[in-house]
Amino acid sequence: MKYVNKGIPSVDGRGLMMGKPAYTDDLAEQGSLVVKVLRSPHPFARIKSIVTDKALNLEGVECVLTHKDFERIPITRAGQGYPEPSPHDKFVLDDYVRHVGDEVAAVAAVDTETALAALDLIEVDYEILEPVLDFEKAFGNKIVIHPEPEIHEMFPIGFDPANNVAASYMMNVGEIEKTLQECDVVVESSFYTQAQAHAMMEPHAVNARIDYMGRLVLYSSTQTPFHVRRIISQALKYPLSKIRVIKPRVGGGFGGKQCVHGELLVSAITLRTGRPAKMAYTRKEVFESTFSRHPMRINIRLGASKEGILKGIDVDVLSDTGAYGEHALTVFMVTGSKVFPLYNKVESIRFGGRVVYTNHTPSGAFRGYGAIQGNFALESAIDILCEKLGADPVEFRLRNMIREGETSPIFEIMGEGTEGTAMVMETCKLDYCIKRGMELIGWKDKYPGSKTGGGKARGVGMAIAMQGSGIPYIDMGAAMIKLNDDGFFNLLVGATEIGQGSDTILVQIAAESLGVEPEKIIVYSSDSDLTPFDAGAYASSTTYVSGNAVKKAADGMSRMIIEEGARILGTAIEDTVFDGVSIISGDRSITLRDLSNKLFYNENQRQLVSAESYVGTKSPPPFMAGFAEVEVDTGTGKVEVLDYAAVVDCGTTINPNLARGQVEGALVQGIGMTLFEDVVYSKTGSLMSNSMMNYRIPTRREINGMHVEFAESYETSGPFGAKSVGEIGIDTPPAAITNAIYNAVGVRVRSLPATPEKVLMGMLGKAVKENGHG
Amino acid sequence: MKVRFLVNGEKKTFEVKPDEYLLDTLRNNNYKSVRRGCETSSCGICTVLMDGMPVASCSLLTAKAEGRHITTVEGIQEDAELLAGFFGREGADQCGYCNPSIALACYAMKRELKDPTDEEIKAYLVGNLCRCSGYSGQHRAIRAYLEVK
Amino acid sequence: MEEAYGILNDGGENAVIGGGAWIRMLPRELDAAVDISGLGLGTIKKEDGRYEIGSMVTLRQVEMFKPFSELFNGIISKSAGAIMGVSIRNIATAGGSVAGRFGFSDLIPALLALDTSLFFHARGGISLEDYMESKDVGKDILTKITIKDHEGRGWFHTMKNTSLDFAVLNAAVSNSDGRCRIIVGARPYKAVPAYDAMKFMDECGGKTPAAIREAASIAAGELKFGGNQRGSREYRIELCKTLVERGLSEVFL
Repeated sequence: MKYVNKGIPSVDGRGLMMGKPAYTDDLAEQGSLVVKVLRSPHPFARIKSIVTDKALNLEGVECVLTHKDFERIPITRAGQGYPEPSPHDKFVLDDYVRHVGDEVAAVAAVDTETALAALDLIEVDYEILEPVLDFEKAFGNKIVIHPEPEIHEMFPIGFDPANNVAASYMMNVGEIEKTLQECDVVVESSFYTQAQAHAMMEPHAVNARIDYMGRLVLYSSTQTPFHVRRIISQALKYPLSKIRVIKPRVGGGFGGKQCVHGELLVSAITLRTGRPAKMAYTRKEVFESTFSRHPMRINIRLGASKEGILKGIDVDVLSDTGAYGEHALTVFMVTGSKVFPLYNKVESIRFGGRVVYTNHTPSGAFRGYGAIQGNFALESAIDILCEKLGADPVEFRLRNMIREGETSPIFEIMGEGTEGTAMVMETCKLDYCIKRGMELIGWKDKYPGSKTGGGKARGVGMAIAMQGSGIPYIDMGAAMIKLNDDGFFNLLVGATEIGQGSDTILVQIAAESLGVEPEKIIVYSSDSDLTPFDAGAYASSTTYVSGNAVKKAADGMSRMIIEEGARILGTAIEDTVFDGVSIISGDRSITLRDLSNKLFYNENQRQLVSAESYVGTKSPPPFMAGFAEVEVDTGTGKVEVLDYAAVVDCGTTINPNLARGQVEGALVQGIGMTLFEDVVYSKTGSLMSNSMMNYRIPTRREINGMHVEFAESYETSGPFGAKSVGEIGIDTPPAAITNAIYNAVGVRVRSLPATPEKVLMGMLGKAVKENGHG
Repeated sequence: MKVRFLVNGEKKTFEVKPDEYLLDTLRNNNYKSVRRGCETSSCGICTVLMDGMPVASCSLLTAKAEGRHITTVEGIQEDAELLAGFFGREGADQCGYCNPSIALACYAMKRELKDPTDEEIKAYLVGNLCRCSGYSGQHRAIRAYLEVK
Repeated sequence: MEEAYGILNDGGENAVIGGGAWIRMLPRELDAAVDISGLGLGTIKKEDGRYEIGSMVTLRQVEMFKPFSELFNGIISKSAGAIMGVSIRNIATAGGSVAGRFGFSDLIPALLALDTSLFFHARGGISLEDYMESKDVGKDILTKITIKDHEGRGWFHTMKNTSLDFAVLNAAVSNSDGRCRIIVGARPYKAVPAYDAMKFMDECGGKTPAAIREAASIAAGELKFGGNQRGSREYRIELCKTLVERGLSEVFL
């Protein structure tokens, strides 16, 4: 392969480093109205009255919107395909507020200062309601968070708002109770994960204007421009055909920009005033008023025979969706569906539970999306089981895990809100990943751990993981390639570049198919007027789904070029080839440059355009093994990750450098969730960790050795053998690191993050008061 | 109040409020490469150079820049391009939102520290957060940039 | 200087700003912010056996001032360098960090472990230790911080969850001719000397590991600790034992 599996520089890095305006807020129109949102100080309240006269009378204020200005249309902000597997339980503005930071009113003014002054002049009389702040007490609570009659599910997802349930699910393979009874060893444990924040560097931003054709045009820092367009249309009852959503450069997403954010209010203001308007979230708003990872309690039971054969997995999940139900069911499903197939030989699996509403910041999509929570529980429990069995945890995994050519019943049973899709693992290099990872970390010498003196102890730990590649039969990606005079191409894709490198790798795929140099392909992505549809950057879809669409489109373009070339050369199509520069048949040839110029200006004039779409018929999982070596300060409990070895089977890496960047970045995000990123609420329901000062992501000083490698692997259903790589890297750190901590100092951390306090107090045998549970 | 200072070598006069921070002054005056990541002096995204030293423009009152030299990435285009080449080779660009601020901090570090160790590089840049790269690719690229004399 | 002092005391809600980096975080609005940048307080020099740090010297200047990297094993450089990132340390000032008496300060414990005095425009000189304990600090302008240059061993550690975070607990320990100082800060209350533990160390015969462990335990017993988002009271007590023991071992063994 000439351009695929090559670490070419990204197509956009140079311009971004040099400071070119590229992000949403850079592209707001001069003179835009500044939109600010009045947000609830209460976790749960009813707005008895809201008076905006004083705010409206302030000079420079152009518009104030409250719930009275909107028709009551329930929507979901989830940013998923339609109909969504998330409940329609949100109004643009409502007379209830359900979390601190929920929207009460929006103001548009000539500048920020005036808009903020106007917020202070809005008089709100709240009936303060008792909130539900403990997700373990939400189900069946007498306090009902969503009493409104209009809300509904789009198809059965176990929605039961009267009991504070956004979604619920239950499934069985085999007979779990019988299986566990027959097991020689059974372990049981509970694990808790926190509401990790995405903390992408660019806060959410959106701006809107009415263009000279009378259309509403938005720039938005979104991962799902086409879904955003649809949801604006639904929520504001404004014709879809009059809305254009442009996704400019996005400064990181990680799922945090899959859901709709300020697009609805800013659109409403521009439509009402006719004036351009802009909104940039403050970091506090990003923390309190967008979305975070679903916190979960995972109760797990594992059973095995004394020979070390895993027989049964029993998992009960309680997930906290916060005030609204975006991604409630689907994140929950992935907690099982992208974890259980790792151990495909078990006799019985039971999986079920509820996703409950609370008066906390809503949960939403986040890289790893359930899999990281499920992986933490399962891969921790496997180590606990191995200790009880006296089995080596690596040998145990090698013996019980899924292999190439095998399948799992889970694939067919569990999908994203609907049934799943049966599939056989065409590629699964987990055994290689484990063996290579052991070498990289030095497992044989270091397992389980050692005292290193000076108040330090070291340990190693590991975990295996899988993910998916898109959502089969649901999410579609499309691409168009057009030939220009002078013989270069435009590649138009709906796929959403958010920093993961999709524009670059899609160019590489097109270049490989066409055989032309990447410089000949000009990529433009995610503009609802100009590019074809794509579901968006989520569910590890882009390389596999959008990449396949690009490959099909490029293959189509190659055929067109050969057809036109053969016609001009007067040769038979089957005897004619395109080598990336010229169209050749025998001793006759014409360059693409000459051909395209002829097609534009001289002969049989026509525009060559190839457009294709792709929807997956399966979702081949990437796999990986993660190995952590930690050093624990036995006097402070501080954990340092000395080394992290990750060996990934993601099929062909379209761009090995960018793929490595995806895995390294995901590992550090996973390390952050595991060790540092504590989410703290006050007793009265305010998020205390609502700033970059109080919510601490890893700095570069927390990161030491990191070894990322890829297994040789070729998935024939993927473009040039590729599977996905965006999410898989985040899944292993929680279990691998906490297993390593256990192997270093004998403390089993079951509640993330594994702060120094939890580790030290565990070593001292003292109880730790954990955040909300413990 | 009126504040006068140099931006990328050009004399500028800005009419600002006494409590205005440099980040807002620059962005309001179309220096769009200077961006906001937080409001709590915690992320480093808004870094510019003042008399060659990195400062967080979100935390520097514009009035305090009076008479000083302020540099944005537009003032160090050659070095930014050089660093971009190394970032590209490592696949470390990612979302790019923090990249101009990293370029400025690296430019200053290259002039302030002599042959820094890995630990010294990390200590100098610790206030420049990145959520995409996992830092490793950035670190390899920055090392390569520092080696260009 | 007189003008600045006059404005500060004109009856309004006025304050001196150091670097100005933290004004946004203030829970109150100011009528006037007094900037003393132009008053020549931005240098470090040595006079009469004491280092004089002008109050407008940035934390980065303190960190990089060569003699501080050697004085008492460099605890002043280490503590100043532990605060936020370079781009904040190039703005925030030594005077601002000290005058505010913040509990989270990393610089104050190291200064308290040495012989440090403050000089104010109106009230004149005061030891840092007395300043930390004085009830009413009034509206005055800090002009300089002075540190006696003398021989001794020092140790400073700040326990943070990540490198950019505020301390869960910090401690500075010094040994000057056998005289011991033990300072514990971020408890989360403001840094104070552990007098009983210091007295124990000064009076105990042999500075043995057992004596040091005892002193650490005394410090953890005599000081007041609290819980906040960064750590519980109980955890801070354990951390205090560990850090003080490590510090004393470093400067005495």
